[in-house]
Amino acid sequence: MIAIRNARIVTVSGPVLAKGTVVVRNGLIEAVGENVAVPADATVVEGDGLTVYPGLIDALSTVGIPGAAPAATAGRGGRGGAATPATPAVNPLAAAAPAARSMGPEDRPQTTSWVIAADEIQPTDRRIETVRAGGITTAVTFPTRGIFGGQGSIIDLGAEEKAGAMVVESPVGQYIALGRGGFGGGMGGGFPGALMGVIAYVRQVYLDADHYKLVKEAYAKNPRGMERPQYDRALEGVIDSKRILLPANRLVEIDRMIHFAAELRQPTILYGMHEAYRPEAAELLKKAGLPVLVSLHWPTPPAGPDVHLDEESMRQLETYDQAPAAAAALQKAGVKFAFYSDGVDAPRDLQRAVKRALDAGLTREQALRALTLTPAEIYGVADRLGSIEKGKIGNLVVTKGDIFENSTRVEVVIVDGKKYTPASDSSGGRGMTAEAPGGEQ
Amino acid sequence: MRTKIVAALAAALLALPLCAETIVIRNATIMTVTHGTVKGSIVVKDGKIADIGEKVMEPAGASIIDAGGQYVIPGIIDCHSHIAVDGGVNEGSVSVSSMVDIKDVINPEDISIYRALAGGVTSANILHGSANSIGGQTLVLKMRWGKSAEQMIFEGATPGIKFALGENPKRAGNPAGGRGATGTTVQARYPATRMGVEDTIREAFTEAKAYKAEWDAYNAAVARGEHPIPPRKDLKLEPLKEVLEGKRYVHCHSYRADEILMLIRVADEFGFKVRTFQHVLEGYKVAKEIAAHGAGGSTFSDWWDYKVEAADAIPYNAYLMMKNGVISSLNSDDAELMRHLNTEAAKTMKYGGATETEALAMVTLNPARQLGIDKRVGSIDVGKDADLVIYDKYPLSDYAKVQKVLIDGAVYFDRDKEVSAQAAKMAEKEKLVEKLKQQQQAQGGRGGRGGRGQ
Repeated sequence: MIAIRNARIVTVSGPVLAKGTVVVRNGLIEAVGENVAVPADATVVEGDGLTVYPGLIDALSTVGIPGAAPAATAGRGGRGGAATPATPAVNPLAAAAPAARSMGPEDRPQTTSWVIAADEIQPTDRRIETVRAGGITTAVTFPTRGIFGGQGSIIDLGAEEKAGAMVVESPVGQYIALGRGGFGGGMGGGFPGALMGVIAYVRQVYLDADHYKLVKEAYAKNPRGMERPQYDRALEGVIDSKRILLPANRLVEIDRMIHFAAELRQPTILYGMHEAYRPEAAELLKKAGLPVLVSLHWPTPPAGPDVHLDEESMRQLETYDQAPAAAAALQKAGVKFAFYSDGVDAPRDLQRAVKRALDAGLTREQALRALTLTPAEIYGVADRLGSIEKGKIGNLVVTKGDIFENSTRVEVVIVDGKKYTPASDSSGGRGMTAEAPGGEQ
Repeated sequence: MRTKIVAALAAALLALPLCAETIVIRNATIMTVTHGTVKGSIVVKDGKIADIGEKVMEPAGASIIDAGGQYVIPGIIDCHSHIAVDGGVNEGSVSVSSMVDIKDVINPEDISIYRALAGGVTSANILHGSANSIGGQTLVLKMRWGKSAEQMIFEGATPGIKFALGENPKRAGNPAGGRGATGTTVQARYPATRMGVEDTIREAFTEAKAYKAEWDAYNAAVARGEHPIPPRKDLKLEPLKEVLEGKRYVHCHSYRADEILMLIRVADEFGFKVRTFQHVLEGYKVAKEIAAHGAGGSTFSDWWDYKVEAADAIPYNAYLMMKNGVISSLNSDDAELMRHLNTEAAKTMKYGGATETEALAMVTLNPARQLGIDKRVGSIDVGKDADLVIYDKYPLSDYAKVQKVLIDGAVYFDRDKEVSAQAAKMAEKEKLVEKLKQQQQAQGGRGGRGGRGQ
C-alpha cells in the first residue's frame, strides 16, 4: 500500500486538490481527497512540493511487442517513414505474413487481423521501462505490420513477469494502415501495390465479412444439405474487432477516411492528423463525429546542406510550421482527440513534443486530458483508467514541477499500485530503474 | 495571430467560387463549335449559358467581363489525364486490377489541377495507368479548384474503366520475375505476349459473365419472393458486369491496328462496347472498323516513335479518323501538355487541313461526346454549363494566353489576379522558409529529430 500525502493532486475528472492525499491499495486507488487519513501500514511518499497526475496513456503504441515497428506513421508515402527497426527475426508476426506474392484480395495479403496484441506481449521489452520513466503507465499497443495489422490491447506498463498481468482490456480495435512503405508493397510485393489497391482491398474484406456472416448464420441454422462455409481467419479477426483505426494526415486523407469509415459502417478512430490545424479539417471531423488520435511526432523539415526548403510546397512548409496547432484547433472545434507518441516516447522527447502543442495554443489541462481521460474514453475504459478517482486502477505519476515542463523531473511512477523511481540520470532522456526489480508493493 | 490569418484566407478561398453570379461577357469573339463564330455577348445565369448573340438582354446587376478583342471558347476537355491521383496511378501487381477505383484516391489539392485550369481545361477524364490488360475504374472531374474531391466529380458522368493493349500490359517482368528486391522469389506477372493480353481480357469477361448470371439468378429469385443468400460481391467483377450492362465505358490504351481489331472482336463476342480507343496511334489504318464499332478515338497530335509500337504514328491520325467517321479527340496524358491543348488542336489544321471548328472540336465537343457529357458541356450553346475560356488572342495559336476560366458560371481562374498576387505569395513563402530555418538553428540543427523511439 502506498500513500502520497500533502501533494498537489490533479485528478483530471474533478477539481485540482491543492494539498491532498491519495491512497493506493492492492493496485487500486482506495481514497483521494483533502482529508484522507493515511493508513498506518502504508508506504508514505511525502508530497510536499510534488504534483500527482493520473498515469499517462499512449493511445497508439507498439510498446511490449518487441521487433514491431514503433507505432506506425499514418503515412506520407515515404516521407518521414521510419526505418524499420532491425530484429525482424524475433517478431512472431513476421512469420504469419504470407511469403508468396498475392494475386488479389482473396489471398488476404498483408493481413494478420486475427492477431491480438495481448497474446504477443513480452514483459521483457526494454521500451516498457523507457516510456514509463516519462510517466506513461498505460499503452494501447497494436500489432502494426501490414494493412490489417491486428487487434490492439490496453496494457499497464509495470515490470511484470507475466504478460497476462499487464493486460487491462483486450482486444480494443483493429489497426489498419494504408501506406505502402515498410511492408513490401513495391517491387514483387504483389497485390496491393498502390493506395487505391489497398483501399479496394480493405473494402473487399468488409464486403466479404458481411457475406461470411450471412453464410455462417444460415449454416448454423440448418447445415443439412448446405455446402460448409470455409473458415477464414482474416474475416474472423475483422468481425471480432469492435472498432477500427484508420490513418489520416493530410486534409484530403481526413476527408477520404471520413467517407471510407461511413462506407465501412465500423466505429472508427482516425490517427495521424498532421493537417488537422486547417480549419476545414476540424470542421469535417466535428461533423463526422469521429474521435481522433494526434501524432506527437510532428512533421519536421529536413535539415542538411542539400535541403532546399524553398522548393517544397507552401502547404508542406505551412504544415511544418502549424502541425502542432492541430490539438488546439480540434479542441476549439469540439472534436474528441487524444495524443499518441508515434515513437516519440522517450521521456524528454515526449515533454518537448507536448510543449509544442502548448506553445500553439493548447492549455495544460487540455493536453493532460488528451493523455489520460480522453484516450480512456475513446477506448471505453474510462471506468478504470484516465483519472484519479476512488476505485480506478492505481496508475499515477508524481512530478516536481508541471509535467510538461522541460525542467520537470518525474519523481515516482506508480503502475497497478507498484512504485517505480526513475534513475537519477533519466532526465537525459531515457532509462529508469525500479527501486527493486518488479517494483515495490 | 498567424493561425487566424490562415483561417481567414482559407475561409475566403472556400467562399470564392461558391455562388455562381450572373455574368455578361461582352464584346467577345465567341467560337461556339456548334454554330460557328459569333461576335457579341454571352449571358451566364445560375451556372448555365442563358443567352448568346450580337445583342443580348443584360440582366440588371450582372457583373460585366469586357472581352473586347478577346476570344471565348468552350472549356477544354481532356479525355486522358492522370493528374490529381494519390498513391500511384497503376495497381500493376495483377493482370486485372478492375477492383481499384481512381475515385478513392482523388487529390483535389494537386497543383496540376490549377495549372490545367490555367490552360483552359475545365473537365478531364482521370484514368488508371496502362500496366494491366484490364486496369482500374476511372471518372470525369471538373477542375473546380478549391473544392473537395467529391465536389470535383462531374456529376452524372458515366464512369469508365481503363483497358490497355500491347507493350505496357505485356511487359514481361512487371513486376520482374525471379528474385525481387526483397530477396523473395516472385513470379513474373502474366501476360508476357499480345496473345496473353487477349487471353486475359477473355478470361476476365468469361468470369464476369458467370458472375452476372449468378446475380441475375439471385435477383430473379428475390423477385419471385424467395429469400436466397446473395452471391459474394466481387469488386473485380462488379465493374466488368457494369461494362456488360452498358453502365460503364471502356477506355482502352492501344497503339497498333492489329490489337485494336482484336479488342473489337473480343468486345463483339462478349457483347460489350469499347467507348474510346486511347492513343490509338494506328487508328488511321482501321478507322472504318473503329467507326463501325461505334468507338471514339482519342489520340496525340504529333508524338510518336518513342517505342517500337509507336513507330507507325502520323500527325494526320486525328484528322483521318475524323474523316472516316470516328469521333476524334486530342488528349494530353501529361500534366504539362494538358496546359496547352489548344495548340494541339491547332496542329490538325496543318496536318490534314481541319477547319477551325473541326480543330477546336478535337479538344471540346468531341471529347465531351466520347465521355457522354456533351449534353452538358463541349460547346457554347444556351442551356449548357457555363464552362468557358477567355483567351487574349486567337486561341488556335501559340500566342494565345488564357485570361479567365469559368466553370458552372463561376470564375475559377483569373490571370490578372493570379499574376498580381504572385509577389505577395512569394514573400509569404520566403518568410516561412526563413522562420523554419531559424527554428532549425535554434534546435541545434537537430532537423528530423523527434525520433522513433529506439
